[in-house]
Amino acid sequence: MNESRPAMLDVQAIRAEFPVLAQRVHDAGGQGRPLAYLDNAATTQKPLAVVDAVRDFYLRDNANVHRGVHALSERATAAYEGAREKVRAFIGAESAREIIFVRGTTEAINLVAAAWGRANVREGDEILITGLEHHSNIVPWQMLRDAVGAKLVVAPINRRGEVDMEAFERLLSPRTKLVAISHLSNALGTINPVERMISLAHEVGALALVDGAQAAAHLDVDVRRLDADFYAMSAHKMYGPTGIGALYGKREILETMPPWQGGGDMISMVTFDETRYNELPYRFEAGTPHIAGAIGFGHALDWLERVGVANIAAHETRLLDYATERARAFPGLTIIGEAAHKASILSFTLEGVHPHDLGTILDREGVAIRAGHHCAMPVMDFFGVPATARASFAAYNTREEVDALFAALEKARELFA
Amino acid sequence: MFDLRDLYQQVIVDHNKHPRNFRAMQDATHKAEGFNPLCGDRLTLYLKVGADGRIEDASFEGSGCAISTASASLMTEQLKGRTVDEAERLFGRFHDMVTGAPDAPPADAELGKLAVLGGVREFPSRIKCATLCWHALHAALEGQQSVSTE
Repeated sequence: MNESRPAMLDVQAIRAEFPVLAQRVHDAGGQGRPLAYLDNAATTQKPLAVVDAVRDFYLRDNANVHRGVHALSERATAAYEGAREKVRAFIGAESAREIIFVRGTTEAINLVAAAWGRANVREGDEILITGLEHHSNIVPWQMLRDAVGAKLVVAPINRRGEVDMEAFERLLSPRTKLVAISHLSNALGTINPVERMISLAHEVGALALVDGAQAAAHLDVDVRRLDADFYAMSAHKMYGPTGIGALYGKREILETMPPWQGGGDMISMVTFDETRYNELPYRFEAGTPHIAGAIGFGHALDWLERVGVANIAAHETRLLDYATERARAFPGLTIIGEAAHKASILSFTLEGVHPHDLGTILDREGVAIRAGHHCAMPVMDFFGVPATARASFAAYNTREEVDALFAALEKARELFA
Repeated sequence: MFDLRDLYQQVIVDHNKHPRNFRAMQDATHKAEGFNPLCGDRLTLYLKVGADGRIEDASFEGSGCAISTASASLMTEQLKGRTVDEAERLFGRFHDMVTGAPDAPPADAELGKLAVLGGVREFPSRIKCATLCWHALHAALEGQQSVSTE
């Protein structure tokens, strides 16, 4: 990845690649407002390059992969495997065999919990997570815990929304079999020191899984430098299609894992008496995969490489800094999550106006945000709020959209005065 | 264009800020919790139903958005003095109003102040906020402990 100083983005040129952004919402009677899409942590919009790639696949190359001898199947297979190679390169993995296509981060984590977890975690063993995890990095481990009699241990967070690293270290022990941590918190915007956390996990002999759903389009991800054993991500939060994502796993670990789902494509030979499983990564990809999605994912990664993750991150940081400054000056507004290291997310509450009402009011002003618990109910409980409003930024957002957000918040305050 | 003030009418803003009958009830004969997992709204509804089947007292506590809080506040005001059957019928009328049922009769005296919540029909994602307390009412009258809407 580019290590030089980040370049300024040509945001207007980028916006032209996202036709969905150029619309007015609630436009009945011509009274609509220009869309300010600030819900990127839920899902990003898709550039034309991705939309066209998916469309072109169905228009020209559609066929099943890994079986046909005909021209279309060969093209589909080459494009699908080409996308796998793009994922490998994007996260710095050693081999494309370490990249398993899945539906998304949730499925990736469930795969590890089911295949690696059932084979390796025993009664009395511990799985260590943190207090800022998304439900998708909590519930699969609870299911594993209940199935094998293991223990789920939670490293607490502090009032700024950072993991208490002293507690994290203290909670690690030889009983810890796996540490499962978010790289970037979707509810708070906190960047976890995952490199250090992984290194600490390895010191006690535990493996480390990183939930990269929120991070992969905002932070430089290098799985070998991190020394992550597993890294999970979702294409749709990276300018790619929904329904596709990837699990990275170290080859020597994946090799020892039993299959997860049985079916076509994951076998090398089947009789009614026995089945020989296919090699990596196909052993973990039973059934016809989301071929068009994977190809779209590959094009989203091309797009990210072209624009530059570091450039996007610098742009988002400027927007976040500006939004944070305006938020601090806004009467009655409380920022939820003030970690020293944050990216792309501003979570907040406004005195006297419930986040759900804020969501509705902002929507009518053209500003799309998320209001709710962000699939992180324990985080809401920790901060003693039922929900927060969350604005989250991407490459195509502008200062004017941040201004639109605060103008809409002003309107909310007037309505509730 | 549908104005936000049509949804957030002054009566709703007022009932949100100062909810009526916002208290626990020690001698409740019926009680149920309502929970909307989508937005985290949570309320407990209390009823005191007399031997004659009339609702003598209604109250609630919990936390929620303006629509769900105002709706619960207005509902508890409207329930007092009505029979259980009348309360269930009122739920039907209210439900038809906020879902914009095509054959819903125009707001009338029976709905009374509840008519201020009619604007909800223009905001499909908010209908469950308005009906949460009514689902809790129904659950309480049916003897259920809790109800969840999503």
